[in-house]
Amino acid sequence: MKIAIASGKGGTGKSTVAANLAWVLARSRDIVLVDCDVEEPNLHLYFPAEETDVPVTALVPEIDFERCNFCGECGKFCRFGALAVVKDTVLTFPYLCHSCGGCALVCPRGAIKEVPRTIGKVSCSRPLPRLVLITGVLNEGEVLAPSVIKAAKMFAEGHPLIMYDASPGIACPVIDTLEGSDYCLLVTESTPFGLHDLRLAAGVAEELGIPAGVVINRSDGKDEETVAFCREHDLPILATIPFSREIASIQNRGGLIARDLPGWEERFAALSDAILEVGP
Amino acid sequence: MIICITARAGGMDAQAEQRFARAPYFTFVNTETGASESIENPLIDASGGVGPRAVQMLSDRGVTVVITGHVGGNAARALAAGGFKAFAYPGSGSVADALAAYNAGNLQPISLA
Repeated sequence: MKIAIASGKGGTGKSTVAANLAWVLARSRDIVLVDCDVEEPNLHLYFPAEETDVPVTALVPEIDFERCNFCGECGKFCRFGALAVVKDTVLTFPYLCHSCGGCALVCPRGAIKEVPRTIGKVSCSRPLPRLVLITGVLNEGEVLAPSVIKAAKMFAEGHPLIMYDASPGIACPVIDTLEGSDYCLLVTESTPFGLHDLRLAAGVAEELGIPAGVVINRSDGKDEETVAFCREHDLPILATIPFSREIASIQNRGGLIARDLPGWEERFAALSDAILEVGP
Repeated sequence: MIICITARAGGMDAQAEQRFARAPYFTFVNTETGASESIENPLIDASGGVGPRAVQMLSDRGVTVVITGHVGGNAARALAAGGFKAFAYPGSGSVADALAAYNAGNLQPISLA
């Protein structure tokens, strides 16, 4: 089973929920946790362990100046501005390139070759006997988050139980993370922003045909609007985590409430049971 | 010589624009004939990489001098490679005012290094 954790709004507690769920699941079975928030991965903070790194590359254009006649077709084609033909030279801006390969296709002289360029890495570790953590890391200033996410997910392929921690938002990186998931857990918080973005994220899961459930985090006990939204959209609320200083302080030192706070292992176990029940 | 002045709208009386590749209009002035022409910038709503694309567009039109406010890093690299000269018109006057200031030698060159 593949479980994705998303939220829309940033900072609602996706990684908190993912880390605690993974810890609970790893008590009784093998689990692979994939950090797909490649622009700011943080699950390794909960699970420090020795890592093995594998670089992720993307193809970018290289110009053969023996063949190029500066016709400008590549620059006109590229909507990302990764090539510009000015006067008698071709400039490439590799960090703007989305690796679509279009420039090489439109070049009438066969003067463009695609060459790999490192844009990030995938780090693998085994912090617990039954937990493997795979972290996608996009280098600063790079744009191709989806390529690193796809690579990170590839490393987990074939495992019976995989959990993907998505980035905030609902753009390409989140779509790529959710793709192929059997279940989507949406983490929201008791604020108008949390609800606003939950609405968006729930829409994405629905559009992709992925069954979803909700965790309300940092609940102040006044969740009526969120509850009403979930009822209207047939989204079960699987857990509610209160807004509490005790929880926050465990979080802040990189702790896991399922491990460090009495009563929470059981609650996260109940949450994992509810998710696994949906099954693929 | 063809000069490009970034503008808020078409024509010589329109206000000059401080942004280069995201300027709403480009106005081209041919200094030999005095003829001018304005085009709407097709890149204004593009998501990114507009600097190099704008420079290629100006290069195709034979522009050699650009009068604008500020030039981004990618655009600067492309302008330098194309042998362009860029000048800063910091005022809020019209395209005609910017051109007059250039002709009077009152504009500072923009460093493209």
